[in-house]
Amino acid sequence: MSNLIRNNAIVENEWTTVTLPAGEETIRKQAGKVVMFKLTGEQTCTPEQIAATVIPENGKVIVPLAVWQARKDELAPRLVKGELGLWLATHEPLQTLVDAVDDLNQLPIIAVHVERFADGRIFSIGNLLRTRHGYNNELRAFGDVLRDQLFFLKRCGYDSYQIRADRSAADALAGLQDFSQPYQGAVDESMPVWRRLPRGAQ
Amino acid sequence: MYKYDEIDQAIVDERVAQYRDQVRRFLAGELTDEEFRPLRLQNGLYIQRHAPMLRIAVPYGTLSSRQLHKLADIAKRYDRGYGHFSTRQNLQLNWPKLEDTPDILAELATVQMHAIQTSGNCIRNITTDQFAGIAPDEIIDPRAVAEIMRQWSTFHPEFALLPRKFKIAVSGTRHDRAIVQAHDIGLEFYYDEQQNMAIKVWVGGGLGRTPILGSVIREHLEWQHVLTYCEAIIRVYNLHGRRDNAFKARIKILVKALGIEEFRRQVEEEWQHLKGSPNTITEAELARVSQYFTAMPYETLPAHDAAFDTAVASNPAFAAWAKRCVHAHKVPGYRAVTLSLKPHGKAPGDATSEQMHVVADLAERYSFGELRVSHEQNLILTDVKLSDLPAIWEIARANGLATPNIGLLTDIICCPGGDFCSLANAKSIPIAEAIQMQFDNLDYLYDIGDIELNISGCMNACGHHHVGHIGILGVDKDGSEWYQVTIGGKQGNDASLGTVIGPSFAAEEMPGVVQRLIEVYLRERTDEERFIDTVRRIGVEPFKSHVYAKEAAHV
Ligand code: SF4
Repeated sequence: MSNLIRNNAIVENEWTTVTLPAGEETIRKQAGKVVMFKLTGEQTCTPEQIAATVIPENGKVIVPLAVWQARKDELAPRLVKGELGLWLATHEPLQTLVDAVDDLNQLPIIAVHVERFADGRIFSIGNLLRTRHGYNNELRAFGDVLRDQLFFLKRCGYDSYQIRADRSAADALAGLQDFSQPYQGAVDESMPVWRRLPRGAQ
Repeated sequence: MYKYDEIDQAIVDERVAQYRDQVRRFLAGELTDEEFRPLRLQNGLYIQRHAPMLRIAVPYGTLSSRQLHKLADIAKRYDRGYGHFSTRQNLQLNWPKLEDTPDILAELATVQMHAIQTSGNCIRNITTDQFAGIAPDEIIDPRAVAEIMRQWSTFHPEFALLPRKFKIAVSGTRHDRAIVQAHDIGLEFYYDEQQNMAIKVWVGGGLGRTPILGSVIREHLEWQHVLTYCEAIIRVYNLHGRRDNAFKARIKILVKALGIEEFRRQVEEEWQHLKGSPNTITEAELARVSQYFTAMPYETLPAHDAAFDTAVASNPAFAAWAKRCVHAHKVPGYRAVTLSLKPHGKAPGDATSEQMHVVADLAERYSFGELRVSHEQNLILTDVKLSDLPAIWEIARANGLATPNIGLLTDIICCPGGDFCSLANAKSIPIAEAIQMQFDNLDYLYDIGDIELNISGCMNACGHHHVGHIGILGVDKDGSEWYQVTIGGKQGNDASLGTVIGPSFAAEEMPGVVQRLIEVYLRERTDEERFIDTVRRIGVEPFKSHVYAKEAAHV
């Protein structure tokens, strides 16, 4: 059973998300605790990892931004065929993605990986992709994606959600309906409530 | 005050349903502790020492009688019959059951209240001056804009999971009482040269582990743009604020790391894209919200009242109360009254259900059915007739709400500390109580005069110790509780952070330490000086040597 929500329904996933092979990740610690969040702009992977990334020969693939950048020649034909999407992690600068292709709308899909639920950078990234950079195609959240982020993700321009494998996408669907009339303008509805509806005392 | 329309009501009702389901999923094991944590925090629910603590939002400190009656009932039914008013102008319940919290929220929703974003890494309750709307030194009443901001920040989708908590304060008075410089964003309202409402924007202030006063990021912002400008600031912070270390995650650290010029450049660049977008506030929306904050239907009264004057002249106890607990009002014949939640020997800021009912009744009868919570943790009736003061005093006194100590040494600001809070290094309430008992002599308190003493149980600084004229901070040394003392902190336009006087003290030494600080002040002061003025004039040294000299003599 698919765990992908697209718009308001559970759908089959046509895309294969390519991940980097495990590198030697040094575990950073602070005050004895593992550091959970990467800093914005932190290095994502090594050249060895990029070279060793296995990309299926056929079909639609979403590859890491860093892999695309290093292996453009090899991947460019698939972009032309509409079979290539890119993903970036929340700590990667968005500008790197914007600069990596001539026109973001050449990409049929962009995915953003959120390592931890509490990482709200994913919201600003979605918002900027839609409003600043005019990206119109599928925008997917994946990683630690759970029901209680969905409403916010939707409002920030996402339309596709890969729910974490151990959770039910059917349950998560309900999260999209949490609120009927949000207050502020955002990506999905740019008008704040006072511009949308007549308001007054009860 | 603001009244919900159907849209506001639907949002709090839907929140109750959402939260009820989150609790259900947690109890059913569908959410782990770690997953439930950010969800419950965004609803003001902490898991602490003995039981959960639920923090209920009191937006910009304003309550109606009906709401306070409801809070009293909730405290009685679901807690132990009392609540704690916090320095964020909120109400905290220390003993609710997790299973009951959805029902508590459902009850709150019936009186247009909630616990949304009272905790967690999101935009918190917006605070302001407790005398907003009635203060004689007020230039602009900021409550309408504060309400518009409350709505805008409620479930703001982009800023739901920030690196750390985010606090906004608004102020529109000549003398700042909202500590705008100690907030992530501080908004200072004024009229510009064209007589338009404008805002001076402060950013990057905060107390806590690394106390910093804010910097001015913009001298002049037209009010229409306040939401989009805040969005620009918070977006830069959301993307670039540190998330790897909770102690370095507040916006003040980012502002400091980048420098205010570079931070300003990034914000302005971001704002160029947001400026004029639909979240720009319209005249119509401001007018709609402002109609809830118009002046009360005051009577035309003489500036003096004979009965009041007689009571002051004939009754010293009443006179003492009138001097400390009654404040100027911009309308002739009216006053604001502070009901002290600082009786000597009780936990500062605590009110019983019975007291809440009494205050709600007083507000209903004498103050247009409204009241305020101050960040000094007292309750305030804002619109009282001079002629009603004696009657109010009698009732307040009979209910332990008339301690005439407002602004005095025993009007201590104090966080819940080690008795309740799981983050605490040390207890704070017993220290406050011990100091109150040490100085349980009103004549002596009046002689000492205006002074602010603030206590926090750890460096999160919920008790605002850095800006206390005397600040006390609980510290942990090898597992035992110690107290570090600062002097010279101050809130207001000329805010400053206190200086540590030296090595910390044991709990039982604390009343004596405060005593010795006061002795130096009484010895050194000139006629006009308050404690803080003397500290600023002569410096920390004389205080330090007196406190520690005696220390040495004891050993
Ligand atoms: S200052 Fe520390 S001890 Fe006091 S309430 Fe805040 S977190 Fe708890």
